[in-house]
Amino acid sequence: MKSFNYKTATSTKEAIKLFSGRSAFLAGGMTLLPAIKLRLAAYSDLINIKKIKGLSGIRASSKSLKIGSAITHAAVASSKEVIKSIPSLALLADGIGDPQVRNRGTIGGSIANNDPAADYPAACLALNATIHTNKRKIPADKFFKGMFETDLKKGELIEAIEFEVPEKSSYTKFPNPASRYAIVGVYIAKLKKEIRVAVTGVESCVFRCKKIEKALTDNFSESSIDNINISSNGFNSDIHASAEYRAHIIKVMAKKAVSTC
Amino acid sequence: MANVNIKINGKKISKEISDNILLSDFLRDKLLLTGTHIGCDTSQCGACVVHLNGNSVKSCTTLVADCDGCEVTTIEGLSSNGKMHVMQESFKKHHGLQCGFCTPGMVMSAIDLLQKNKNPNEQEIRDWLEGNICRCTGYQNIVAAVKDAASKM
Amino acid sequence: MVSLIGSKIERKEDKKFLTGKGRYTADINLVNQTYAYFVRSPHARAKILNVNITKASKSPGVVKIFTGEEIASEKIGGLIAGWKIVSQDGKDMKVPNHPPLAKHAVNYVGDHVAIVIAETLEQAKNAAELVDVSYKIHKAVVNTADAMQSEAIYEGIDQNLCFDFILGDKRKTEDSFSSADKIVKLDLRNNRLIPNAMEPRACIGDYNSSSDELTLYTTSQNPHLSRLVLSAFGGIHPEHKFRVVAPDVGGGFGSKIYAYAEDAVAAWASKKIERPVKWVAERSESFLSDCHGRDHITHVELAIKNDGKIIGLKVDTIANIGAYASLFATVTPTYLYAPLILGLYDIPTAFINVKAVFTNTAPVDAYRGAGRPEATYLIERIVHKAANEIGMDQAEFRRKNFIKKFPHQQCLVHNIDSGDYVAHLDKALEISDYKNFENRKSESAKKGKLRGLGFSTYIEACGIAPSAVVMSIGCGVGLWESAEVRFNATGNVTVFSGAHSHGQGHDTTFAQIVGDRLGVPMESIDVVHGDTDKGPFGMGTYGSRSLAVGGSAIAKACDKIIEKGKKVAAHMLEGKPEDIDFKDGDFILKNSNKKKTIAEVAFACYLPGQFGEIKSPLPPGVEPGLKETSFYDPVNFSFPAGTHICEVEVDQNTGETQVVKYTAVDDFGTIINPMIVEGQVHGGIAQGIGQALYENGHYDESGQLITASYMDYTMPRADNFPQIKVDYTTTPATSNPLGSKGCGEAGAIASPPAVMNAVIDAIGADVSMPATAEKVWNAIKKNDYKKSAA
Repeated sequence: MKSFNYKTATSTKEAIKLFSGRSAFLAGGMTLLPAIKLRLAAYSDLINIKKIKGLSGIRASSKSLKIGSAITHAAVASSKEVIKSIPSLALLADGIGDPQVRNRGTIGGSIANNDPAADYPAACLALNATIHTNKRKIPADKFFKGMFETDLKKGELIEAIEFEVPEKSSYTKFPNPASRYAIVGVYIAKLKKEIRVAVTGVESCVFRCKKIEKALTDNFSESSIDNINISSNGFNSDIHASAEYRAHIIKVMAKKAVSTC
Repeated sequence: MANVNIKINGKKISKEISDNILLSDFLRDKLLLTGTHIGCDTSQCGACVVHLNGNSVKSCTTLVADCDGCEVTTIEGLSSNGKMHVMQESFKKHHGLQCGFCTPGMVMSAIDLLQKNKNPNEQEIRDWLEGNICRCTGYQNIVAAVKDAASKM
Repeated sequence: MVSLIGSKIERKEDKKFLTGKGRYTADINLVNQTYAYFVRSPHARAKILNVNITKASKSPGVVKIFTGEEIASEKIGGLIAGWKIVSQDGKDMKVPNHPPLAKHAVNYVGDHVAIVIAETLEQAKNAAELVDVSYKIHKAVVNTADAMQSEAIYEGIDQNLCFDFILGDKRKTEDSFSSADKIVKLDLRNNRLIPNAMEPRACIGDYNSSSDELTLYTTSQNPHLSRLVLSAFGGIHPEHKFRVVAPDVGGGFGSKIYAYAEDAVAAWASKKIERPVKWVAERSESFLSDCHGRDHITHVELAIKNDGKIIGLKVDTIANIGAYASLFATVTPTYLYAPLILGLYDIPTAFINVKAVFTNTAPVDAYRGAGRPEATYLIERIVHKAANEIGMDQAEFRRKNFIKKFPHQQCLVHNIDSGDYVAHLDKALEISDYKNFENRKSESAKKGKLRGLGFSTYIEACGIAPSAVVMSIGCGVGLWESAEVRFNATGNVTVFSGAHSHGQGHDTTFAQIVGDRLGVPMESIDVVHGDTDKGPFGMGTYGSRSLAVGGSAIAKACDKIIEKGKKVAAHMLEGKPEDIDFKDGDFILKNSNKKKTIAEVAFACYLPGQFGEIKSPLPPGVEPGLKETSFYDPVNFSFPAGTHICEVEVDQNTGETQVVKYTAVDDFGTIINPMIVEGQVHGGIAQGIGQALYENGHYDESGQLITASYMDYTMPRADNFPQIKVDYTTTPATSNPLGSKGCGEAGAIASPPAVMNAVIDAIGADVSMPATAEKVWNAIKKNDYKKSAA
């Protein structure tokens, strides 16, 4: 693996101080390390943020659930607070990658990476999350910008993700048979004020499907999805699924999500 | 270069390491614990699974620097006094291995499953093993071995 | 004494693998070792204009960089096709030169351009990035179907045609079609597979200049054959000074039969730099440069009578063999394929034409089953369709057409010695609860799932193969196998085999044979293989041959031991050799209570004398020592056969298909260790289900391999499979002393059509492999459209 300096920060402040132009923050490393290994990325410094205490708490209230960015998927999946407050989020975490990835990979890392087929970005959009960084609070709607692209500035560090606790919610994933990432993932959340439907795996970046949101707002039932016409325009098309097929699967997954809400 | 202190298979070691060395390479090349295998470069095959502080992780995607102060258990650390771990015995009894290459990772992963779920059903075993690819066995005897080990652990 | 034959005995080799003490090639590190990294072509087809290594050579840690230029100037030979095929016009097949490092042109993505050798792997990789290769890119030939119409890749090989092979009686077959009541037609694609043994290939070349000895450690299924090829054709090093060691090998499935470019170059480079050169493939390199499997397109027609009797079969196949003709690439789609298109049916006449084409893709060679899965796929798919078209039950259609009398001379090549196809069909019907399928189908329907059932009644030709036969049809070597059974003075036994286990459990199965024959306990028997310096030359492990051929060699060597033992025991017991019986490890003098154990005889053979008396236990003329060698050449192929029945559930909404029930009843002849055999069946079926539903080696139009990692190539996981039910019927092979037929490839041969027939049965429409969710969904949609239109 190409060489880099490994530094450990014990506070957010220190992490920012250690950060330079060619640094990356290292949490679980589940996407960062393979990228370096495959020579797709190179850095001068990796700054370990796992020792920063403030990044590893889970706090639930009746309105929101706040998860520290360095919390692993396994910890989210098995957290009593999460299971009680937003069970669909625990289930989502339990379906990311495989057990070994879940033991290392973190929620902050997943969101900062914003893989177009990752699961957590869909949760953030559907659950109207707020991304807390060392500098500001970013609403999820403004956070995910494009393929592997977020609103984070260089050296800005995610500290926590705060989800709105929904009345009910569900996430269903149609996985890529090889990578097990989402070909289509649909997260449906019935929030206090609105219904949100987030779709991942389908375009270059996670997005909200306004058509389904509207249909479900009118009538929160599986059947209301039947008559929606999802255009495949701009959808990903690859050896695993054409754009047209993805459009179809969105509806199938959305119906399943409604039925399991 | 930095110094790390790691307890590996119950033995404390203190070593100067380069910042970019992966746990899998460290185990294989520096400690000559070659039971941990490398079968892919995208963190998917699971041949390199070891335990880090009791949890199964892919050592090919773990920096040694991240393991400072941690406990690592590899396939070589499972037997005690020449007696194999229940899981190892069960793999042997049920013919849960053929070429043996995926086996160490498979065994380490399966033990972690039973730490988290004492009595998994067949589907839960199959789901858990998602991160371990075997090309020889068709998994059937691996599943049988894990199930039987669960009844004995 | 309980017979060791047929006993479920836990494997002797397991403990080392389970405790992390296996020794694979990548685990070996030699003193003063260097690390190699290959510069590979990023283009599918290009001329090499220039390779500039100036900058790379100056990169830190670089020891040496070699290019195709040097390899060529040293007269290192190319990699060879080991089987000559003759085209229907009587001309020999055409094959391009396959240099270990390309000099003038690269012909697939991953083709080898240069080897960079450095003090560390990282340094080698860094320097490899600095090797500056100028290419002139040409349009790649990728598609199997269009290859013959595309621009010729090689000068002198028109239409990219390696050979145009025929087998069978064309006229008679045409006649059968004229008298048919019905002709059933089908177009099939046998998808390209990437073998993916879990251990990536690796090798270390280690040259000792003082002794002029070259050692190559390599991940090989057949180290002796690799040495022969690298020595005789590669000119790497003389055979007697060249040792090839294949330590523990982590799976092969055919892909580790061949001596690869990396083997040749690492061995040669070690001689040049006089240091060990180690290379270990990264998985992405395995995807690009391991030999792939299958990749056929086929048109098949079956002539049948109204009563369901098959009267003729016609097949046209284009086989994609990739950029070069690899070792067994030419026999795989011909003699391992064409004779098997008849399946286990009594078909009076058939004709097949196979055109093998070169494309700018990785070489395609034998992969688990090699030719036989392709043959089984076509015959079982068309039989399924034929039974449907004339409205006959799948089982009855098959039963009607089975070969029923043995030996049976098929109309193409094979003379099948034994079998009972009705027996395994009936057993499979019973175990799979065939009669209640409709109930299960209704249950599935209640869940919104389409359930289908598919058969595969198959045969394969294994135990490869009688040397005189295979050499008469183009094979470059004989396919016998060797064994040496060596008693040690203290009564334990070392067995040397020319076969080489890479997961099959030879240490155990072979010891069971020896233990059974010689009455020696299992723990006193050790099996040695995988090292050309230990044991006699052997042909290796592939083609489900290790037991039928290699095991038979061991059995025959044991018999020679007993023969000699009888002479010695007779002398010791003061009787005649013909009066000695051998049973359970004892030589017993008839009509007496006098006996000698085989350990006592072995001891006497090695220490032939006693204190105070000049008297030898050995009869005059008998040499000391107790060690026998056998080279066993089979008299015929063996013919495993069986019935597999698969049930799938298809989600109508998504097209997702799950195998929900699978039954395999196989006839492998005599089974030595049922536990190991069952494991082989499971693994083979898993690979076959993988081919049918998940796996596909996909190149884009420019020749880039799209499925070049586990992110895109679907490797089946544990959650893709149901419990597989395995059972057996037995008709011993008559062609070898063990009666064994071979079991390693059966699952991969039988299962793809069983799965696909089930999918087609479920959705009522045709679909190609792999039957991915989207393809199945599209097929359902189209079918619905057809239904509503009709």
